Amino acid sequence: MKWFWYASPQTFYPLAGTVARICAVLAVALTLAGLYVGFFVAPTDATQGEAYRIIYLHVPAAWMSMFLYVVMALWAAAGLAFNTRLSFMMARALAPTGALFTFIALWTGSLWGRPTWGTYWVWDARLTSELILLFLYFGFIALQASIDDRRRADRAGALLAIVGVVNVPIIYFSVKWWNTLHQGASVSLTKAPSMAAAMLTGMLLMTFAFWAYAIAVTLARVRCEIREQG
Amino acid sequence: MIFKSIIGRDILVAVRRRADVGTALLFFVIVASLFPLGVGAEPELLRMIAPGVIWVAALLSCLLSLPRLFEGDHADGTLEQMLLGSAPLGVVVGAKTLAHWIVAGLPLVLIAPLLALQYDMDEALYPVLILSLLLGTPVLSAIGAIGAALTLGLRGGGVLLALLVLPLYAPVLILGAGAVAAADAGIDPAAQLLLLGALLVLAGAFAPWAGAAALRISIE
Amino acid sequence: MSEFLAMGGYAWYVWGSYGVTFALLALEVMLLRKRKREAKA
Repeated sequence: MKWFWYASPQTFYPLAGTVARICAVLAVALTLAGLYVGFFVAPTDATQGEAYRIIYLHVPAAWMSMFLYVVMALWAAAGLAFNTRLSFMMARALAPTGALFTFIALWTGSLWGRPTWGTYWVWDARLTSELILLFLYFGFIALQASIDDRRRADRAGALLAIVGVVNVPIIYFSVKWWNTLHQGASVSLTKAPSMAAAMLTGMLLMTFAFWAYAIAVTLARVRCEIREQG
Repeated sequence: MIFKSIIGRDILVAVRRRADVGTALLFFVIVASLFPLGVGAEPELLRMIAPGVIWVAALLSCLLSLPRLFEGDHADGTLEQMLLGSAPLGVVVGAKTLAHWIVAGLPLVLIAPLLALQYDMDEALYPVLILSLLLGTPVLSAIGAIGAALTLGLRGGGVLLALLVLPLYAPVLILGAGAVAAADAGIDPAAQLLLLGALLVLAGAFAPWAGAAALRISIE
Repeated sequence: MSEFLAMGGYAWYVWGSYGVTFALLALEVMLLRKRKREAKA
C-alpha cells in the first residue's frame, strides 16, 4: 500500500472522512451491543450489586486513555523522524480525546468507589496513575497552546509526548508500589470480582466501541486541522 | 574540557547572582515551615508527614530555579553559540544540569536536616533522608532541564514548566519520601534507594540528550 | 422498568457515570461539528 501517498494532508483528507464515518456507525452499533450485554445479559454482581455496571465505562475508558497516549506518542515520533506535518496533526488531534477518556475513567472510577469503598476518591494505584496521566495530557495540550510558531509547537509537543510515554510505565509501577505499601492488602478498585463471561463480553464490546469512537472523532478533528492549516 | 569549563562558568554566574540561589533555598525553608501552620503542630502528625513535606518542598524549590537554567545564556546569545559550537549539545546540557544541581539541589540536601529537626524527625532517619535527596535531586535537575528547554522563552513560563515537569517528578517523590517512610517503619529502604539510583543513572544517561533535542526545537 | 432505573439503590452512581460520560462524548462531538462548520466557512 502506498503509505506515503497518504502522508500528504490533501490526500489523507477524503480517506479520513470515509474512515471516520464508518467508525462513527461502528461506535454506535458496538455501544448498543455492549450496553445490552452489560445490562441485560450479564448477571448482577454478588458483592457489589448493580454498582459494578459502571465497569462497562470505567475499564474501557481507562484502557483507551492509555492506548491513545501511546498512539499519540507514536505519531509524535513519526513526525520527528519523517518530518511529516500530518503526523504532528494526528498527535495534536488525539490529545483532547485522550484527555477526555482519562477524565471519564477518573469520574466513573470515583463514582464506583463511593458505594463500594465508601469514598469518592481513593489513592488506588490505578486512579492515581490515571490522574497523573491526565496531567500529562494537559501538559501536552498546554505546551502546544503556548507556542505560537506552529513548527516549534508541533516538535516541542512531540518531544514532550515521547518523554511522557517513556515515563508512563515508571510512573505506573512506582505508584503501584507506593499504593501497596500504604494500603496493604487492598483489593484493586478496578477489578470486578470473578468476571462472568457476559461481563467480559460487555466490557470488550464497550472497549471496541470507544476505540471506534476515538478513531472517528480524531479523524474528524484532523480534517478540521487540515482545513484550518491550509 | 568543555564539560568542566561550562560547570565552572555556570557556578560562577550563580555565585555572582547569589540572590537567585538564595531565594530558592529560602523558599524551601518557608514552604516546609508552612505545613505545620496548615495541619497543626501535633508532634506525631508532623513526624509522620516530615519526609513527604521535605521532599515536596525540595521539588518545588528545584522547580523554581529551573527557568534560570537556560534563560541567561539564551538572552545574550551564548546558547545559539553553543548550538553551533563543536561540543555535543548533550554534553553542554549535561554540564549545565550538573551545575544547576550543585547550586540549587545540593544546598537543599544540606539544609534538609535542619528542617527534619523542625519536624522532630527521628535522628536515625537523617542518613536515609539525606541519601534519598542526594540521589533524587540530580534526577529532578535532569528532568527539569528538559522542561526548561521546551519552555524556553514562552509566555506561560514557570507555571507551564511546572505543569509539564511535576507529573514526571512523581516517581522520584514516591521513591524518595517512601525510602524515609520505609526506614521509619523499620523496613530496609535499600529497595527505594537502589531504584532512585537506577533513575539517576537513567536520567543522567538520557535526559541531557532529550534536553539537547528540546533546545534545538526551541531555538531553531 | 423502575427496577432498572433504580439499579439496586445505586442509581445516582450508575446513571451519574453513564450520564456524564455520554454527555461529555456528545459535547466533544458537538464542539467538533461547530469547528467543522467554522473551518468550512
